[in-house]
Amino acid sequence: MEFFANLVPAFVWDIWNSLPPFVQYLTIVTWKILFVTIGVILIVAFSTYFERKVIGSMQGRIGPNRVGPLGLGQPFADVIKLLIKEVIVPAKSNKFLFVIAPLLTLIPALATWAVIPLNDWYVIADINAGLLYVLALTSVGVYGVILAGWATNSKYAFLGAMRSAAQIVAYEIAMGFALVGILMAAGSLNLGDIVRAQGGGMSNWFLWPLLPMFLVYWIAGIAETNRAPFDVAEGESEIVAGFHVEYSGVAFALFFLAEYANMVLISTLTAIFFLGGWASPLEGLAFLEQYHDLPFIGWVFGGGFPWLFIKMCFFMYTFFWLRATFPRYRYDQIMRLGWKVFIPITIIWIAVEGVMAWFEVGPWAGLTG
Amino acid sequence: MVRSRALGRVDGLGADAMNKILSYIKTFTLWELLKGLSVTQRNFFRKSITLEYPDEKTPQSPRFRGLHALRRYPNGEERCIACKLCEAVCPALAITIESNVSEDGTRRTSRYDIDLFKCIYCGFCEEACPVDAIVETRLHEYHMEAPGENIMTKDKLLAVGDKYDAMISADKAADAKYR
Repeated sequence: MEFFANLVPAFVWDIWNSLPPFVQYLTIVTWKILFVTIGVILIVAFSTYFERKVIGSMQGRIGPNRVGPLGLGQPFADVIKLLIKEVIVPAKSNKFLFVIAPLLTLIPALATWAVIPLNDWYVIADINAGLLYVLALTSVGVYGVILAGWATNSKYAFLGAMRSAAQIVAYEIAMGFALVGILMAAGSLNLGDIVRAQGGGMSNWFLWPLLPMFLVYWIAGIAETNRAPFDVAEGESEIVAGFHVEYSGVAFALFFLAEYANMVLISTLTAIFFLGGWASPLEGLAFLEQYHDLPFIGWVFGGGFPWLFIKMCFFMYTFFWLRATFPRYRYDQIMRLGWKVFIPITIIWIAVEGVMAWFEVGPWAGLTG
Repeated sequence: MVRSRALGRVDGLGADAMNKILSYIKTFTLWELLKGLSVTQRNFFRKSITLEYPDEKTPQSPRFRGLHALRRYPNGEERCIACKLCEAVCPALAITIESNVSEDGTRRTSRYDIDLFKCIYCGFCEEACPVDAIVETRLHEYHMEAPGENIMTKDKLLAVGDKYDAMISADKAADAKYR
């Protein structure tokens, strides 16, 4: 607030102070939500562009380069194209569910951002059950996929929905166990506290003591977002386009937006849980401590939103990289990986963490002392 | 080579147990997956081989077989003598020729049609022609807008020949020593 106090004239400040507290709170939160939502949608728009560029480069192509400088106008051209197309609702579909399903996938993907801390103070809702909220909302997202597949009344869409449901059930458990590992290490469900528990340099990041959890969480996250190589729910070579086979125009755009919003979300969450969120990797170095309060580049040494963004971008790149590298998993292999590999690994590592906590090593050092 | 040998198979005494251990190491370090990822990452930094077609074009041979043309002698006289060898050799039956006697008493075509939908661009007509009248030019960017435009009539063929005479002559000259 002190920051704004110098920017605006005094009478504006007086009006602001005369407002009742709940109006002030509502205004601030609305602006915070607006910033985050618009930011996410912009990142989604440009990640579609970067996905095509990255995969193009890996396949010896150049990707979109016709719309605007370097093809940067491509996302907007795509959006405008989808907006002006007709939404065709199949005659024998359940029309209400058909229309509401894309919203059901998109809303949880955006709502989860409420608890995600972008830096030390920018978080829309600083609640203590943040981790639980994240887990709950990422699970709700699959309802949109299942409902879309069912409401379409097409066998391909239904197959896609069934695959997606089974896959999410399998990987949600491994994901949940991986988060139990985070919970044990951080001792808090609050996402901000989880990041703060990893403060003080790269060696304190949960990535190191929880390396298997990190891999499991990341791969389960890819499966959760129905991205290659786990994209059997879409499976364009076998079941046409899976659950969104009959969707067109804006409805399809919403599915598209939701998929990429989920990718951004999973990338950010992985950065927060395992790579210290907004924390700078240079944080622990004593000789750099004097630079923490530098005006514009202080974040490089002291941590801040740019670090979270960089880490998020790295994981987004990994999404594209994996898609360019691996062929789609066979369905039974996905089930085997989820049930027979990931869940045992996470359970074993929770036990290992218990041992580590008992002997007070890693993040548990000085826990009782 | 060294890397692959480091985690390759082992032969000899106790090899079975050793290979089992190696395969476990490979499984848990995601060895094969990382190898695949390194391939795509290396290609990421490689230069793309895309050729942006309308702006850039691949080099063409003078022998390129594209749109057909009928040529004339430098004095303006049609080369074609209506011998119908091209019609006879055409494997797709794309050429239709009718002939009669012209005003100067020579045998000339009254009709010379090539159906571009039937034509397979094999170049046999060009090879069969004793007077180098019918040729296939290097033009390949043409289109039709109405039904019937796929029939190249004598007038259209001659027009193509007149318009691109310099190019056709140059291509023929470039290829002459190989014939």
